[in-house]
Amino acid sequence: MSNANQAMAARYKNNFLKEIEEQAEMGEWVKMCMQCGVCSGSCPTHFHPGWEHPPQEIFMMIRAGKREEVLTSPSMWMCTSCYNCYVRCPRKLPITHIMHGIAEYAYRLGLAPKMQPTLHLSQTFWRNCTKTGRVNEVRLTQSLYFKDGFMAGIKKGLEMKDVALGLIKAKRLNILEALGFGHKCKDQQGIQKMLAKARELEAKRKNRQVTA
Amino acid sequence: MAEKKHAAYICSGCGLGERLDIAALEAVAKKEGKMQIVRTHPFLCSEEGVAMIRADIDNEGVTHAAICACSRRAKTDAFNFPTTAIARGNLREGVIWVRPDTEEARETTQEMAEDYVRMACAEVKAMTQPAGNPNTGTNKTLLVVGGGISGMTAALEASKAGYKVVLVEKTGQLGGWAARLHRRVPTREPFKSPEDTGVADLVAQIEADPNIKVYLNATIAKTAGAPGRFKVDIAVESGPTVTADIGAIVQATGFSLYDANKLPHLGYGKSPHVVDQAGLEALAKAANGGVIKRADGKEVKSVVFVQCAGQRDASGEHLPYCSGYCCNTSIKQAIYLKDANPDVDTVVLFTDLRTPGNGEDFYRAAQNRGVIFSKGVVSEVVPSGDGLTVKFHDLILDDKNAQIVADLVVLATGVVPNSGVNIEALTAPQVEGQEAQVSEASQLGEVKPVSILNLTYRQGPDIPQLKWGFTDSHFICFPYETRRTAIYTAGPVRRPMDIAQAIEDATGAAMKAIQAMENAGLGRAAHPRSGDLSFPTARLEGCTQCKRCTVECPFGAIDEDEKRFPLFNESRCRRCGTCMGACPVRVISFENYSINTVGAQIKAVNIPDEFENKPRILILACENDAYPALDMAALNRNCYSAYVRAIPVRCLGSVNTIWITDALNSGFDGVMLMGCKHGEEYQCHFVKGSELGRYRMSKVYDTLKGMNLEPERVLDLEVAITDLHTLPKKIDEYTAKIMEIGLSPFKGF
Amino acid sequence: MARNENEVSAEAHVSEANGQRSGRRQYAFYPGCSSQKGASASNYLTSVESMCKVLDIKITEIPDWNCCGASISYAEAGELPRHVMNARNFALAEQHLPGQDIVATCAACWLGARETKERLEHSSVLLADTQEALKEAGLQIRAIPEIRHMVEVLIEDLGYEELKKPVKKPLQGMKFAGYVGCQTNRPFGIHGESFENPVYLDKLIETVGGEAVPYDQKVTCCGGALAFSEPDKAQAQIKDIIESAYDNGAEMLVTPCPLCQANTEIYQSQINKKYGTKFNMPVLYYSQLMVLAYGGTAKEAGLDGNVIRARKLEEFASK
Ligand code: SF4
Ligand code: SF4
Ligand code: SF4
Ligand code: SF4
Ligand code: SF4
Ligand code: SF4
Repeated sequence: MSNANQAMAARYKNNFLKEIEEQAEMGEWVKMCMQCGVCSGSCPTHFHPGWEHPPQEIFMMIRAGKREEVLTSPSMWMCTSCYNCYVRCPRKLPITHIMHGIAEYAYRLGLAPKMQPTLHLSQTFWRNCTKTGRVNEVRLTQSLYFKDGFMAGIKKGLEMKDVALGLIKAKRLNILEALGFGHKCKDQQGIQKMLAKARELEAKRKNRQVTA
Repeated sequence: MAEKKHAAYICSGCGLGERLDIAALEAVAKKEGKMQIVRTHPFLCSEEGVAMIRADIDNEGVTHAAICACSRRAKTDAFNFPTTAIARGNLREGVIWVRPDTEEARETTQEMAEDYVRMACAEVKAMTQPAGNPNTGTNKTLLVVGGGISGMTAALEASKAGYKVVLVEKTGQLGGWAARLHRRVPTREPFKSPEDTGVADLVAQIEADPNIKVYLNATIAKTAGAPGRFKVDIAVESGPTVTADIGAIVQATGFSLYDANKLPHLGYGKSPHVVDQAGLEALAKAANGGVIKRADGKEVKSVVFVQCAGQRDASGEHLPYCSGYCCNTSIKQAIYLKDANPDVDTVVLFTDLRTPGNGEDFYRAAQNRGVIFSKGVVSEVVPSGDGLTVKFHDLILDDKNAQIVADLVVLATGVVPNSGVNIEALTAPQVEGQEAQVSEASQLGEVKPVSILNLTYRQGPDIPQLKWGFTDSHFICFPYETRRTAIYTAGPVRRPMDIAQAIEDATGAAMKAIQAMENAGLGRAAHPRSGDLSFPTARLEGCTQCKRCTVECPFGAIDEDEKRFPLFNESRCRRCGTCMGACPVRVISFENYSINTVGAQIKAVNIPDEFENKPRILILACENDAYPALDMAALNRNCYSAYVRAIPVRCLGSVNTIWITDALNSGFDGVMLMGCKHGEEYQCHFVKGSELGRYRMSKVYDTLKGMNLEPERVLDLEVAITDLHTLPKKIDEYTAKIMEIGLSPFKGF
Repeated sequence: MARNENEVSAEAHVSEANGQRSGRRQYAFYPGCSSQKGASASNYLTSVESMCKVLDIKITEIPDWNCCGASISYAEAGELPRHVMNARNFALAEQHLPGQDIVATCAACWLGARETKERLEHSSVLLADTQEALKEAGLQIRAIPEIRHMVEVLIEDLGYEELKKPVKKPLQGMKFAGYVGCQTNRPFGIHGESFENPVYLDKLIETVGGEAVPYDQKVTCCGGALAFSEPDKAQAQIKDIIESAYDNGAEMLVTPCPLCQANTEIYQSQINKKYGTKFNMPVLYYSQLMVLAYGGTAKEAGLDGNVIRARKLEEFASK
């Protein structure tokens, strides 16, 4: 158990619902679910293998105190942010954000599944876009391919070469970006300082350690 | 009585003049109908047209008028002549609106119209204008049985409307179940917190009300008489029996909780810490807003509520129905606990959470306070250590071995009505040859051996029940009506309901009871022929004392006299005519509705001889649903066959088999009977009428066999008022069927 | 715990107040990362610029704007940093282009920014924290501008009638499947549209003379960012979308969102490999269709930016 995880488990003892309410974005909504199952039936990824627990179940598990199972579940990471559930929920739960919120919290506690590709994407994307203030698509793609190591990256790159070539031909992928040219904000320093402050404030509000 | 004078009035308005040969109709009325006066008017319902009829009544001494215009259901205000017998020939809805306006159709359409003129003339001649029931009672005091929320509400409402009330309560105090509650489910915005029960306020109002006389520790020893003149003996525990003169009765005897001792698997009886909802109310009342403690004085830190305990049970062992209020009650009780101490763990285990109306807001308010709602079926509650373990199947996570440990378990056990004796289980079969239907509740051992009203009616001491012990009423169309005139049920004795619904229910029942007393005083019928002055009489010289009428009357209106002849209680009677339909020797009749009024119409129809190949089909249509459906079909110009002739009847129950055999004997090729749905989900306005009528008609098939006729010649149709589009099709299909089997061999005899 | 869509959308649609009704319409433009030169949706930008010229809409890029963070950054970013990123853009727009609505072309940018606006307006705590963080960059929020999608500007501020006027070459006889997807449709949606069957894209297609075919995958998710991380699942969804469009007679797909455009276009070859299909369906932006109908060239419409070339439209443009 990571330190952060131990600390939180101890703080909330058996009250996992309360933990989610205080720690996960929009977590205070979980108790309002009425178990109708509309979200499960609306979720596009639910119809493909891999969704262990659709939102309805995740919310029930939280209420049943299944802390370990929820926080280590890959389910939240499958959310495509399609907002189908969100607009259909009769109880108006902001499900998409709750799913994201739980995922984020699991990640902060070090409980997210190892090598979770969507988590990796999230990390990479955010680091990429906050570095200069704007996304560098080539570097983003590179770091995504090479996450499993150099050879795997080459292989994936080859697999995707048609895709990349097509984009380059259509002038929609700028190889120069790889070399650090391309788009960036002028006030990068201001952005960095601003984000550092935001992280600090958020940790303070949620009463937890600053990470990253 | 003045001499009879018959007149026919034919309208040529509403397109009748263009579509029909009015002169020919006049001739029919005169020659065949034998009407002394025949007049046509271009707009009969106009002031001028009505004045013309009025003048004939006043100056010519017309006592009987056949108005041949629109349906009897139209223009009733215009054609309202209280002292004159009126029959209506339905030329508009019955003829021109259901026939295509084509050259080919003209002849058959005219034939149809002429028959309806003949029928109206024949009917009116067989009628007498009713003078009203002389045997009235004008007592206007309302008796309310039961002093709970429903009873107190009914009493106060009646008093506010200016009526005297006698309120009888079997216990030593008013308030019923509600008095045992800590608080009630909210009735006002924002529907978030339990509120005061309001019982104290109601009791105070009752005590301060000079119109209301309360008897506590009292029961009803005897109820005799009829609406407007009931004599009720009130037995008071320590004191002499009081006899009260009563006009109408509201029975608000409420419910008992389903006996949790029948649920040992849920731990009841095994641990004092498994309680039913009343048990929790008692604990909450004792705590009075403070922390809630168990029987052993320990503070409750965790509670599990088990919904539908012994309810919605498909196995047949427990209650099959939903009591409707207990989900909200558990929500309320969980809130008691949360409000006293937010750290108490409250889990509600449910399969469906049913919180109708604003209960949804209440449900959310509980969720907001942190009450946990889980979908699960409880298999067992077992004592463990100091508390209890609730084992359940978690339906969302599909975990069959889920369990929760709790200090206290509350069972939502639901209600059983306090409806008195199930008279159908007591009495002989209602209809000869038919097995008595023993209600399911009585098989559950729920028959209360103690009568509540102790009616002296021949049909039994209490109100008939419909299902699961709840008193018979039509939930949608006429909810407070029972099968005993001027006796209304209100509150949970009628169906499961919560306080808010019971208050509404009691108000409605009180209003109906007032209406019934007033009608009884004027010798008029109650629902559904409200205001009708006719009533049945029997020519006892012909009576064989077969008792059909006394047994079949759905409303218990007929007793027996000392000589064992039927004794009609006109004010108990609803004027359905079931007795008339039942009487094998046809001695029962109403002044304006009898074997003759219908029989004469059947005989008046002109039957073409077999070579013309024009069948004639008789429709006997219930006036409550089927006949209006025909009218509505007409309003929509849904055409049907010109071979049918429709006669409205008060109820399928009033159809005497003689009409069928007469019709077939006189050459009709088929008979369609149209009546309301019967059975548990009946639509019949006379509750049992259509069922009894149908049962009786099933015997007609033997007659058909005897006459060597095909069974298809009589068709029994269930018709609802909404069938306006399908009914014409069914008529046409039946006509085709008759053409297929061929015309009746009885033509021209 | 405020989530009151109705309120938010109600106020978001009172745009009359900006005084843009009279004279030239002006907006603070937020192109977003993918629409920059040489980025994956650069052709979108090209066509939008041409379209705005014809319609006399003035868009001024927000100086030094930054990335919106996109939905996918949720795990790494957390809550406040994500909102702060958007808030920085609000502050810049307010400072440099006061009184103008922000207009985004990317559905994800629009959604992200709108969500931030909603949260800040409903939570004083979040707003205070945001202000504190912005201070570090020398910025401050005074008023949050309205956040509009380009499609909203078109149909609400101009209206279909207005959009029809400049049509010189209606796209007669061409069948398009309007692929609305998720983010312009949910959770906020275009005012007055249903989540289950929004029709604004169909109406735009019809406005420029094309035929909008009905098909049942109009609002199916393309997989979004999971096209990267969970390619199998995303591609299964993309396959459903293209297949349904194709089965219902569409020749091309039309979208309002760069991510939808990219996902449904660039993975067709992979899907073909995996499922043995023979998809080769061009995927256009609504703005490209409009530019062509307004008589623009293939270049002005950014047709050269399509990976699956829209030959039929290229021919049409050259005529
Ligand atoms: S749709 Fe909403 S209320 Fe229904 S199960 Fe999903 S989260 Fe719960
Ligand atoms: S937003 Fe996420 S959880 Fe909701 S339906 Fe879409 S993919 Fe499923
Ligand atoms: S409503 Fe009846 S009475 Fe009046 S004009 Fe028409 S058919 Fe004649
Ligand atoms: S009201 Fe609720 S607890 Fe009561 S029987 Fe109905 S569903 Fe069960
Ligand atoms: S059967 Fe009907 S008409 Fe006859 S006495 Fe009973 S209620 Fe009256
Ligand atoms: S049904 Fe007729 S014959 Fe029989 S008891 Fe009644 S009145 Fe007499």
